[in-house]
Amino acid sequence: MAPAPDGGWQRPVRRVLSIGFFFVVWHYSTKWDVDLYVRFQNIPTPWEVLEEAAAQLRGAAFYGHILASLERIWLGFAVATVLGIALGLLIGWFRLAEDTLFPPIELLRPIPAVAWVPLSIMLWPTERSSIVFITTLGAFFPIVLNTVHGVEGIDRQLVRAATSLGAGSAAIFREVVIPGALPSIVTGLSVGMGVSWICLISAEMISGQFGVGYFTWVAYGIVKYSQVVVGMLTIGVLGMLSSALIRLVGWRCMPWLPRRVKDGG
Amino acid sequence: MSTGATGRIEITDLGIEFSRNGRTVEAVRAFTLMTTPGEIVALLGPSGCGKTTVLNAVAGFVAPTAGQVAVDGEAVAAPGADRGVVFQQHSLFPWKTVLGNVEFGLKMRGVGKAARTAQARTYLSLVGLIGFEHAYPGELSGGMQQRVGIARVLVNRPRVMLMDEPFGALDAQTRLTMQELLLSVWREVRTTILFVTHDIDEALFLADRVAVMTARPGQIRDLVAVKLARPRAATVIATPEFMALKARILTQVREESVRALSGRRP
Repeated sequence: MAPAPDGGWQRPVRRVLSIGFFFVVWHYSTKWDVDLYVRFQNIPTPWEVLEEAAAQLRGAAFYGHILASLERIWLGFAVATVLGIALGLLIGWFRLAEDTLFPPIELLRPIPAVAWVPLSIMLWPTERSSIVFITTLGAFFPIVLNTVHGVEGIDRQLVRAATSLGAGSAAIFREVVIPGALPSIVTGLSVGMGVSWICLISAEMISGQFGVGYFTWVAYGIVKYSQVVVGMLTIGVLGMLSSALIRLVGWRCMPWLPRRVKDGG
Repeated sequence: MSTGATGRIEITDLGIEFSRNGRTVEAVRAFTLMTTPGEIVALLGPSGCGKTTVLNAVAGFVAPTAGQVAVDGEAVAAPGADRGVVFQQHSLFPWKTVLGNVEFGLKMRGVGKAARTAQARTYLSLVGLIGFEHAYPGELSGGMQQRVGIARVLVNRPRVMLMDEPFGALDAQTRLTMQELLLSVWREVRTTILFVTHDIDEALFLADRVAVMTARPGQIRDLVAVKLARPRAATVIATPEFMALKARILTQVREESVRALSGRRP
């Protein structure tokens, strides 16, 4: 972000106006049923969405879907984090691990996690486990790759400095490799969190019986279009909150980084 | 010095070759140098002459192709805390505080938390950094970072301190302050120092002896004893004795620089 010139109140006001403008355009496009190749006849107005959201928030079923999605994200992301960081550290630091573990990862990486849905349904016994698998897969690749890059980017001079201060190989791994790779690992977690939401929602839309993705897709099927938008907004808010959580945790783990860099990550 | 003094570097007939882009580069040839315990020896020469390579061999970072390197009679086989290195810059652990950096060597030796904090503080006060224990390296100026680098090495009570152009990245004023600080610290600890530099003033101001190196492959061209009285004040560089030594070394370094440049042409 560019350093804020002393514009004071002007910039926040411009930003609020920008959001206001977005809602005004949405409101009139749907109110007047605009049809300019892009058709707004079936799109709910902001007020319909607001009413629907209020109705959903009063019922219990909506929270059940949110909890189902959150549980899958949490499980999938946790597994991906543990596996991704552990493998990434090994692959990045040990040539033997790179030669033996990295080729299959590189081979599978270009396949989007969503393309795994059919295979995942066959591989895993329950709907829940197959969706968690897709979510794990989505987060795993960004985490492992960023961890590898983080380790490979460690300044060799720091390793030399550590050895000339009496550090053995285990101490170098613990004191230099892991903290040195940490900024990159946090970037990986941040990207991984985003990708795992994409994968979760797609998987729920395709094969789920619960979850926010399922909720959104079913709403479309039963012609409840304002419910579709409520689902979309819910996904957006949940994704935003989980990214903020990752940033917060990363920020806490890396007190040495200047604020500017933290905000960028 | 007493008979039990440590810090005797013995470099005998050292030869070091690298392979770079499939070609063999001879960095150092038949290099021989002995230091006496507690002495400051400067390695001076044009860039690329192999002076850092010699230091790296003493540190244990590179293995000799020929000859031996030993410290206090023990052959150097690998890096170790008895031969601490102060690098030119960016060698502090960015994720550790000043205290954490200085405590590092003690932690590696298994010294308990309270004891290592106490020892680290002693050396931080020696380099004038009390009050900055909890700062991160990124929050310090270049000169302060180098002071941490010196304290981090000395806390291990090394046989020798190896310094690889440690003040080369600092501005002229800070460099002078750091040179004076190094001498005052050395008066306290009396550790042998091997100091790599391409700055003639710096070499003469600090060292007991200056080893002037030839262009690559690096050998010792001249070993100049600097008999300027200690403690040395910054004004020593304006004395006739200093000027005479400087003139002698300058001639040699210039010749070697010219040779290095012409030697590089294909």
